[in-house]
Amino acid sequence: MQGMSIIVKKVAQLLSGLIFMYGIYIITHGHLTPGGGFAGGAILAGSLILLVLAFGSDVMRLQKREAGSSIMESAAILGFLLLAVAAIIAGAGIFFYNYLPKGQLFHLVSAGVIPLYNIMVGIEVAAALFTIFLALVIYKEELKQ
Amino acid sequence: MEIILSVILIFMILGAIFALHAKDLLSALVSMGIVGYGLVICFLLLKAPDLAIVQIVVETITLIIMVAIVLDSTRHELKEKAAIRHDGQSFMNTRLVGNIFIAVFLGLVLFYSFRLASAHLTEFGEHGLRMAGAYMEGAAGKTGSVNLVTGVLFDFRGYDTLGEATILFTAVVGVLTVLRLKGKHS
Repeated sequence: MQGMSIIVKKVAQLLSGLIFMYGIYIITHGHLTPGGGFAGGAILAGSLILLVLAFGSDVMRLQKREAGSSIMESAAILGFLLLAVAAIIAGAGIFFYNYLPKGQLFHLVSAGVIPLYNIMVGIEVAAALFTIFLALVIYKEELKQ
Repeated sequence: MEIILSVILIFMILGAIFALHAKDLLSALVSMGIVGYGLVICFLLLKAPDLAIVQIVVETITLIIMVAIVLDSTRHELKEKAAIRHDGQSFMNTRLVGNIFIAVFLGLVLFYSFRLASAHLTEFGEHGLRMAGAYMEGAAGKTGSVNLVTGVLFDFRGYDTLGEATILFTAVVGVLTVLRLKGKHS
């Protein structure tokens, strides 16, 4: 895949870090402010897609990244399930029980397991969208050859 | 209820197996659609309408994008004639007729089970759900989450969120399976 012009490259370089940090903020503050795992994950994927589109890459490196993000996605959804299953052991046999201490309202570390669920879902959504994007790009590149 | 559910599940498994072995990428995509839309009916039968809505939207969008990409690439058109001429007489193409009958039969089965599944939902226009009041009263205190939406999403309706994450996961698995060129040729 071809990269874009130097202007686009520079702007993408400057912006993608900020977009990534904003996505992390949305995910970690999911239990306090609007947003959460799904929205924040989409923003994270957006920053990664922006970088790939601006700089371009050859198929070999894209395939490596696709394998990595696919593993990341599976690991995140497995972690989400394990957190939910851990509630059966910790919380008297109730699936999806909130077993961690709830803490004080309006604090960043509060609401028990909910922030952990948010983080897992955020990683899952980001990796899933990025994997779909990479799969489509690789398919197009392989057809050209 | 269980019988309908198992019939739909068998259809989905058959569709998934066919998608793996199909020679044409477009027919693999269509049989992937059987899996997705069968899952919609399963969600409706299990009384999870919000999941069914998400599944319909995700399935349709990914299917449209993938069909657009496959049609853009090279593809052989399958040409079937309605009648075959042999020794001056014309015979009907039984393969074509059989395929059409199978398609119509499957469509009728899916439509019937969709009607059966949506019959159990609440009436159109009645939106006072039994659980809505319980969610609103002291949700912040019960979950510890100030954002009530997140509190409902990850605490009261954790199953729902698990299902939504699974939908995304299956979409990715489907895309990766269908768009794999190298594995098919070797």
